[in-house]
Amino acid sequence: MTSLKETRIDRRFAALKKEGRAALVCFITAGDPDLETSSAILNGLPKAGADIIELGMPFSDPMADGPAIQASSLRALKAGHTMRKTLDMVRAFRKTDADTPIVLMGYYNPIYVYPNETFLDDAAAAGVDGLIVVDVPPEADDELCLPAIGRGLNFIRLATPTTDDKRLKTVLKNTSGFLYYVSITGITGAGSANPEDVQLQVARLKRATTLPVAVGFGVKTPEQARAIGETADGVVVGSALVRAIETSLTQDGRATGNTAGAVLSLVEGLSAALRTS
Amino acid sequence: MASNTQKSSEAKLNTLMTGPDERGHFGLYGGRFVAETLMPLILDLETAYTTAKNDPAFQAELTDLLNHYGGRPSPLYFAERLTQHFRDVAKAQGGTGGAKIYFKRDELNHTGSHKINNCLGQIQLARRMGKTRIIAETGAGQHGVAVATVCARFGLPCEIYMGATDVARQSPNVARMHMLGAKVNPVTAGAGTLKDAMNEALRDWVTNVRDTYYLIGTAAGPHPYPAMVRDFQAIIGNETRAQMLEREGRLPDTLVACIGGGSNAIGLFHPFLDDEGVAIYGVEAGGHGLDVENGHAASMNGGRPGVLHGNRTYLLQDGEGQILEGHSISAGLDYPGVGPEHSWLKDSGRVQYVSITDKEALDAFQLSAKLEGIIPALEPSHALGWVTKLAPTLPQDNLLVMNMCGRGDKDVFAVAGYLGIKL
Repeated sequence: MTSLKETRIDRRFAALKKEGRAALVCFITAGDPDLETSSAILNGLPKAGADIIELGMPFSDPMADGPAIQASSLRALKAGHTMRKTLDMVRAFRKTDADTPIVLMGYYNPIYVYPNETFLDDAAAAGVDGLIVVDVPPEADDELCLPAIGRGLNFIRLATPTTDDKRLKTVLKNTSGFLYYVSITGITGAGSANPEDVQLQVARLKRATTLPVAVGFGVKTPEQARAIGETADGVVVGSALVRAIETSLTQDGRATGNTAGAVLSLVEGLSAALRTS
Repeated sequence: MASNTQKSSEAKLNTLMTGPDERGHFGLYGGRFVAETLMPLILDLETAYTTAKNDPAFQAELTDLLNHYGGRPSPLYFAERLTQHFRDVAKAQGGTGGAKIYFKRDELNHTGSHKINNCLGQIQLARRMGKTRIIAETGAGQHGVAVATVCARFGLPCEIYMGATDVARQSPNVARMHMLGAKVNPVTAGAGTLKDAMNEALRDWVTNVRDTYYLIGTAAGPHPYPAMVRDFQAIIGNETRAQMLEREGRLPDTLVACIGGGSNAIGLFHPFLDDEGVAIYGVEAGGHGLDVENGHAASMNGGRPGVLHGNRTYLLQDGEGQILEGHSISAGLDYPGVGPEHSWLKDSGRVQYVSITDKEALDAFQLSAKLEGIIPALEPSHALGWVTKLAPTLPQDNLLVMNMCGRGDKDVFAVAGYLGIKL
């Protein structure tokens, strides 16, 4: 495969390994509930304790997501969010933070119509570090993954409980940055996996790769984050943060003075849990 | 002209009937764009289908079910009064035309549409794969009813996802699904129509992937669904071919079918793709008109290529790649995508894709009822809408086959409402 130089994601995981703790990976949807509030949350995430940020690219049909992230996507789109605005958010973030990795996460179609090559150029120029595109499997690596690697972007893949050892080889082939383990068969924000199962699965994945393994889907509380952080290199929290945005809104869906604070204080609690284990 | 010549010589060299390739591509279209959780299952499904397809026991069992449970073969019916009507229309316009109209009567199948052809095939496959639970999406409810039917027949639990808007406008089919023992889950996300139902079915599948079989109703979705559903529906075209040869001693000249996802159409078209003398028309839902933004469901005439629900195909979408809901009077046609093989056939020029508005479909619905005593579903009413325009322009010896892919029982109350008929 095309070899990548050391990326911001690699450096961050290496640093955390020295610290001896797992990365807190925080997901929010770009533009949710509006551009200004979403930018305030994004820019506040590193100080609150996020080690890596997954920034969701809103899509009208997020078919691997549960109700919380579906609603966040629709809020962002209703507020007029666009892919260019997502990239603008990253560009602005990079002016004050040169170290915290940002991974764009979402579905293929908004990238495909951008189109691919232009999107990858613009994303790399804006300061994006990696991509997670839920509906582009390794079988289609030639159209997005390999061109992304060619621009120095990590293309991060998901492994799931249905990924057997044979399939894992295919999944790992062009994966870099980290491997994202989806701890349940299901959609985001659904039930939580049992920590012993996660431990076994992470051990299995780590036998197959030297990449850091981050675990997500169904992680909601500091206690769960701490338990998973004991075996994984990273803990991904998404629906819980997005839900905190939702519950802070007015009845007609507008941000309140409390919206950014609600998310960031939740992140502080999760971060503290990972630092005291 | 030069490019047209080139195109037809390519078509001669390369058959149009062997797609997709091993990665599920029809040219640019198709593929397997799904979440990783589903990939192992999709690959298993492909293997299981390839094995079944080549197993004479599977084919024999399916043929037996299609004939004795499904009611096949469906008749090829000469629509004499419609033919005369179009000749009268041509004459009134000073012409001498008026094609000879045949209906392929797939509305006479058990459950009232072509959907049963595919469901009998896939339920046999699900059983071979040891799956114990069936899920499906439905728009008009015709597919939902066919799935509920085969699940009842084989004793498998079944959950159907149906947009809440469609639940309201196709209530007779909702009642049928309940009676057949299916659980109907109304989907309120989005506009509550077919695309939202498909999203929700995919969410169920990703959650219950180990024991659940997703019985997709149209020739779309990740590979191998588009090819598999086409193969199960190709019985429509294969029968038509044999019936027309027997009846007229030659192949038809013109084929017409409506297109939502496009399974009835690809079923009729596929066996004729390499017969260059056969003109083929797919009819999309023009809704309020192609010039009305988000007011139609004509993915190919009014959309652009994109990726949704596991395949790359023409989609109704905005400039940001966000999917539009689309609109059609027909709940079975208002889907923002189309099967990938149709996208490929459009680009290759082999099939002409046209559109018919809600109003034109309603007019055709009444024409069929009054002249032929056949109440069509609103979906094939679109096909008939195009026949209404085309037939008077064709010569009288032109043999035209339209797929009457569903009956209108489910639509009678909705149509009565549109026409202001007091019941």
